[in-house]
Amino acid sequence: MNVKILGTGCPNCVRLEALVKEVAREKGLSLEVDKVTDIVEIMSYGIMSTPGLVVDGQVMSSGRVPPKGEIATMMQPADTQ
Amino acid sequence: MSAPVRGMEASPAKGTDDRHFQTAGQSAETAGQSAETAGQTAGQTAETAGQSAATGGAPYLAALRALPSRRGWLALALAVAVGAWLELYWQLGRFAAWLTYDLLGLDRHTHLASSVDFFATDVPKIFLLLGGIIPVVSVLRSYFPPERVKKVVSGKGELLGTVLAALLGTVTPFCSCSAVPMFIGFVESGLPLGVTFGFLIASPVVNEVALVLLAGLFGLKVALLYVGLGLVVAIVGGTVIGRLHLEDQVEDYVYKIKMGEVAVTRVAFSQRLADAFSYTQDIMSRVFPWVLGGIVFGAAIHGYAPTGFVAHYAGRGNPLAVPMVVLIAVPLYSNAAGTIPIVQALIQKGLPMGTTLAFMMAITAISTPEMVILRKVIKPKLIAVFITVVTLAIVMIGYVFNAVL
Repeated sequence: MNVKILGTGCPNCVRLEALVKEVAREKGLSLEVDKVTDIVEIMSYGIMSTPGLVVDGQVMSSGRVPPKGEIATMMQPADTQ
Repeated sequence: MSAPVRGMEASPAKGTDDRHFQTAGQSAETAGQSAETAGQTAGQTAETAGQSAATGGAPYLAALRALPSRRGWLALALAVAVGAWLELYWQLGRFAAWLTYDLLGLDRHTHLASSVDFFATDVPKIFLLLGGIIPVVSVLRSYFPPERVKKVVSGKGELLGTVLAALLGTVTPFCSCSAVPMFIGFVESGLPLGVTFGFLIASPVVNEVALVLLAGLFGLKVALLYVGLGLVVAIVGGTVIGRLHLEDQVEDYVYKIKMGEVAVTRVAFSQRLADAFSYTQDIMSRVFPWVLGGIVFGAAIHGYAPTGFVAHYAGRGNPLAVPMVVLIAVPLYSNAAGTIPIVQALIQKGLPMGTTLAFMMAITAISTPEMVILRKVIKPKLIAVFITVVTLAIVMIGYVFNAVL
């Protein structure tokens, strides 16, 4: 699963990245986590507030840091949904 | 990819995870409930289902979750919280007086007593106000993300667009981190610069923290004037900048950006509530040192500095006082909450209300860090125009404040 953290390096982006990695570790998910800091690429996802969380190309949240439970739901593998 | 067994069991809850992309129609409450159902069906542990720390290892809370009338419990808990909050708020003055004169036994007429009383009233008052109001407003404004604002103001014409953008700017969360994506998002979709700046000015100036603290400390009239005139600054500032046709002063790459389909992600109501509380906690811990420092300073001034001290230099007798304090405030950076204690101290020491509110507005409206961030998308000339226009507007508003208050 590919996860992208969209953000220009604000404290919330760092927090979100840490949470995603924590959830992945707890759930035993193998993730590919990309940090997208290029504003042009961030904008291509259509969000206007950071941090953004993209899972397999889909924007799951923007402008907020979801709690771990919600992040875990967002990262449930597509084949089990 | 190693899928957890729990994840496999989640299949009956299929569809609920798509809630992030559901359009209107389904109410937030329904979404909230379906999210909870999903949590239970999926057999997720309490740790993953919700607020990990709060519910982890507490079986009675898990039982509470399972109750069909959980929403009833939530309403009850909220009602109790509101009641307790009001009771605390009304007892504040009595508590401060008790602490100062009975417990500490200070003489009513000393500077020290006056300072302690002020301190004991204002610290809890400000935090009660912040703690009571920020959660409410953050839930409300979670329904107005900038992506939605953009949709609302698009194609409304320049004047109406600017007015709407300023109005929506008051409820929209503003974080200087997001200033750049917000700016690009507006400009990229062809919104006029005036509309964009109307939003960028209103967003930090007029917000719930300013409104509530001003209302709590100086009365509703002052708070409403601040909000109203803050909107005027945003609308006038946006319109003037729009009229100057400085489109060439936006960095060229901004126009080349192609934004993806605007995504408004769906968030469950229970989650908005949880977000609101963690946001409140965040704000409180961040403004805490400022508010405390400001109040200590205020308390010191309150008891000791002579009343005419500030008035002597920046009182009504000095027609240049307004531009003077605004110029001091422009490069400074603070959110509204951080300015309040100093504002209060200044007013008590005879600085006219209008001059003080102009000071506060100038601090929140433009700041050095925000300009540094905006420099990424606009050229120096437009930054200079932005600063000049907003400064002039605030100075004028300061005179208006002084005339009516």
